[in-house]
Parts: sequence; structure tokens; C-alpha cells
Amino acid sequence: MNARPDFLLSVENLTVSFDGFKAVDGLSFYVEPNECRVIIGPNGAGKTTVLDLICGRTKATDGKVEFKNQELLKMREDQIVHAGVGRKFQTPTVYEDLTVFENLEISYPKGHGVFGALMFRRDDPVKSRINEIAGEVFLDDLLDEKAAFLSHGQKQWLEIGMLLIQDPELLMLDEPVAGMSVAERIQTAELLNRIIKDRSVIVIEHDMKFVEDIATRVTVLHQGKVLSEGSMAHVQADPKVIEVYLGH
Amino acid sequence: MLLKGNRFFSTGDLVAFAILAVLIFVILPVGLDTFRLNLFGKYLTYAFVAIGLVLCWGAGGILSLGQGVFFGLGGYCMAMFLKLEASSPEATKIQSTPGIPDFMDWNQITQIPLWWEPFHSLTFSLFAVILIPVAFAFIIGVAMFRRRVGGVYFAIITQAIAAILTILIIGQQGYTGGVNGITDLRTLKGWDIRTDDAKVLLYFVNGGLLFVCLFIAQLIRKSKLGRILIAMRDQEDRVRFSGYDVANFKIFVFCAGAAFAAVGGAMFTLQVGFMSPSFVGIVPSIEMVIFCAVGGRLSIIGAVYGALLVNLAKTTFSELFPELWLLGLGAVFIAVVLAFPNGLAGLYKDHVEPRLLVIFKRKAGDDSSTEDFDAIKTAAE
Repeated sequence: MNARPDFLLSVENLTVSFDGFKAVDGLSFYVEPNECRVIIGPNGAGKTTVLDLICGRTKATDGKVEFKNQELLKMREDQIVHAGVGRKFQTPTVYEDLTVFENLEISYPKGHGVFGALMFRRDDPVKSRINEIAGEVFLDDLLDEKAAFLSHGQKQWLEIGMLLIQDPELLMLDEPVAGMSVAERIQTAELLNRIIKDRSVIVIEHDMKFVEDIATRVTVLHQGKVLSEGSMAHVQADPKVIEVYLGH
Repeated sequence: MLLKGNRFFSTGDLVAFAILAVLIFVILPVGLDTFRLNLFGKYLTYAFVAIGLVLCWGAGGILSLGQGVFFGLGGYCMAMFLKLEASSPEATKIQSTPGIPDFMDWNQITQIPLWWEPFHSLTFSLFAVILIPVAFAFIIGVAMFRRRVGGVYFAIITQAIAAILTILIIGQQGYTGGVNGITDLRTLKGWDIRTDDAKVLLYFVNGGLLFVCLFIAQLIRKSKLGRILIAMRDQEDRVRFSGYDVANFKIFVFCAGAAFAAVGGAMFTLQVGFMSPSFVGIVPSIEMVIFCAVGGRLSIIGAVYGALLVNLAKTTFSELFPELWLLGLGAVFIAVVLAFPNGLAGLYKDHVEPRLLVIFKRKAGDDSSTEDFDAIKTAAE
């Protein structure tokens, strides 16, 4: 099957093997514009590895990843970001020694070359955009706080904010609500529901309630392969899925 | 108010710059005889290296144990020019081949090698002082950072490069002066650099260049690039996945560090009057890291004090306890890393600067004198 131009992202026959062990094995799936795709699966199914492969963190052994008809597998990580793919890591990854404002500023999509960064000026459009994003991720009161002093949940929000400021067309979130308190979880679900509206999103998540809330379609991975794919209701009814995952 | 902060210099930075300027340009020249002043000038040449290390290591997390390479290359470029000028046919008429550097003559070399020729020109030599070390740093940087070599591996490789360059210089005695280095340097365009007047003048030139480097380093630190360096040190992957080509930033800061070190090396040659492989190898390179650590690896001003104090201690204690000195230096390094990871600058920032700011505010007759101590301390951070 050839990549159809109406897909934002087409992953075909994606394979990576670590010393002979195939963490992802001939995986194919397609993401449409404005779709929220949730990837679920038991531990070790290769969920995070798939995101790593798409964003260039891990080099694929075989296969194709096309994003807006560009082959991502040949591109460097920063080029993939500039193509419009944003990635949030599983553990909150923020710059602890910098303030919330500075964290967001670094992700602002301007001055990304060495000399661009030297000449970068914190002008009004930059400030207002940072303020806007900070408001969106509930951190507008903490702009001058060092990121090290944020709670776990706030760090997750900050990292989401750092992605939002890049305005990616494809947003990949690895367990965005893991380790959050109930209150934070509810706020995050509301935040995610808001930000997935005008872009495509791939989310890895274990919280089934949460998945049901946000997913357009669900892909179930098992041992590096697609076990089932479809609506939440479809995969929940799939006997293979119940067998390896949901039934446990 | 005179010491008002701006985008690049907080009030605290300005105070620290001002104090250092007074020390270097007033207190030391007034308080010391020419011999001692020249000695402090020599110490300050290491401060250039330490400033570069603050950028590379303190901010960017790139620990180079081979800064002596760039210090040495800068110093050798300067020394080659001075040596050629000191080797006029009249001055070297007792040699079997007059008109070439003495060590070449001793090594049965009868002609100045081709790659020495351009160093007859002062302009070329001054450019070479900066460009050769920077080009070398660029090559190392591209080779290492593009392949994502970092951390301990990078430190070890830079150390190996320092060792290799030392061996190369010593081995190629006929072209480099070998283990003795390039000695007996006399004049710069006819101006005798060995006189007391010259030494005082060179001290001030050195101090001026040091401040130029400090300003450049401060601008880098306070630009977005400086914050990206800190971000890279903490979370390299996050920077990469925010759309930055991390290697370019590392290469840039490594080259900047090399350029500073090279200026220091050239000023060392001018003030001390020779250059030798003993300022290039592993031991001096590690000492340079210690200057930076003692002064505070996050503070460019701290690095200057670190270079001054450790060198002063080295001169004093190595005369008194020649065998124990190196152990003592090692102990100081360990103590600083364990007890004061931010060095002298960390102590200053926590304990001295807040008090100074209170005094400055009062002197300025600010209405804000009611502000309490803690508020100012927070503002200083």
C-alpha cells in the first residue's frame, strides 16, 4: 500500500532491531490530519520506541516514515522538529536551572541557529506568545520561577507548553498524565482536549478512562506489531486485545 | 545611578566587574613592584583560559582537559614571530647558519622551514594567534560533537590531544625548540619587551584584553545562546527535540573557549618571554580546570579570581613545599568540588553580593532603602 497524500503521517513496515531483538517489527499505521491516535499496549510492546523512531531519536533498521510527504528517517532530529513534529518525553524533561519563561523562550520557534541565538531579542511578540502559552498550561503565575521548583505535574505542563509554542502539526505525547494527582489529571485532560483540536496527536497512555475521552482511534501494540486498530469500542471488543492486555 | 543593571549586566554583575577593574588596573599596579606585577600579569593570562572554561564547562557542560593545547598554540604563534625577529643575521652571527632561530642551528637545520615563513609578518602572527587554535578547536569540535561524543569521553580525548601535541613539540626539536620551547625572545617590532616599562605596559594590555574577553563572555552568557548552553547541560535531548542542532552550539562555545585561551597564551609569551611544551600538556591543562573550579565554574569573574589565587598559592607554596604542592593542589580541587561546587563565586554570590547591593542602594540615596535584605538578595539571583 502506498502512502496516500491525505495522511499526515504514514508509517510503513517500520522495523528496528537491537542486537537481533525486534522491538518494532514491520509496523504500519497512518495518521490523518486532526486525528488523535492513542497507542496502547503492555509493557515492552514498543510504544515509546515507535515515537523514538518517528522523531529520530532511534535510527530505524528498515521501513518508511512519511510526514507531509517528507521522509523523516533520513532527517536529523532538529530538522524533524522544524518539519512540524513535536515530542514530549515520558518523564518531564525541562531545564531545571532556567525559569519557566526561559524554558518556553528556548522552544520559541525563532533564533535556532548559533548566530540567530546570539542575536535573539526578547521582543513583544515573543513575550506575548510566551504569556499566552503559559496561561494555557496553567503556569502564568510562575513565569519567573525556576523550573526545578515546579511540582511533577507542573513540569509535565511546562513541557507540553514548550511543545505548544512550536505549534507542531503532529504532537507526540508519551504518557502525559503519568504520575499526576487526580486534580492535575482532570486539568491535564481538559488541556489536552483543548490542544488536540487543530492538530494531529499521537498519545501513549495507560489510563483507559483517559484514552476513551480523547481517542479518535486506538492502535494496540504487542511485541512490536499492531495487534488491533480501530475505535476504542472496537479494540475493547477484540478478543486478541482482551487476551494480551485488557483482560489482565 | 551609575551601576544600573540592563539586559546584559545586572547591578550585581556591574559591581563585580567594577571591583575587578579596580583591582587589576589600580590596586595591583600601585601596590606591586614591576617584578611582582609581571608575575600577576602571568597569572592573569591563565584567567583567559578559565573564562573560556566557564563557558564550555560551567555553562555548556563540556569539560575539556586540553585547554593547554589552545593556550600553547596561541603562545607558540606569538613566540614564532618574536623568535624570528630575535634571529636577525647580526644577532645570530656566531651560528653556523646566521639568521635562523638558535635551536634550529643547534639541530643542524640550515634554512627556515616553509611554515615558519609567514610568521615574519606581525599581522599574520596576530591573526594566527587566534585563528589557528580556533581552527583546530573547530576540527576537534566537528569530529567529536557531530558524532555525539561527550562527557567523560570528550574529556579524555582532549587530554590525549594535549599529550600528543606535547610529544609532537618535544619530538620535532629542530622546528619547535623541543622541550626547552622557544626562548630568548627580545623585541616586538624593535620594542624591547624585557624592560620594566614594557612589562608594565604589557600588563595593562593584558588586563585590557582580559576585560574584552570578559565582556564577550558576558554577552554570550546573557544572550539566548547562553541559556541554550545551560539547557543543553541539563537536558541535551530536550534541546535537540526543540529544534536545535546541538552540535553547532557545542562547536561554537568550544571555539570561543579556544580563542580566549589562545589570547592568554600569546600574552603569556609576551610577558614571560618564552613558550614551552610545559604549558601545553596534561598537567597544565588540568591546572587550568582547577583555576576555573576554585573560582567558580559558573562565574566568569570568579574564574579570574580563581586563576589569580591558585597561581599565587602555587608560587608561594611550591617554593616552600616543592614535593607537597601538587598534592595540596589536588586536595584543594577535591575540597572545592565537594564543599563549594560553585567555588569562590558561589560564596560571594550567597554572602557578599547581597550586602554590597544594600550598601550601593543606600549610597545612591534610593528610596528603596526600606527594602529588606532578602528582597535584594532575591533580586540579585
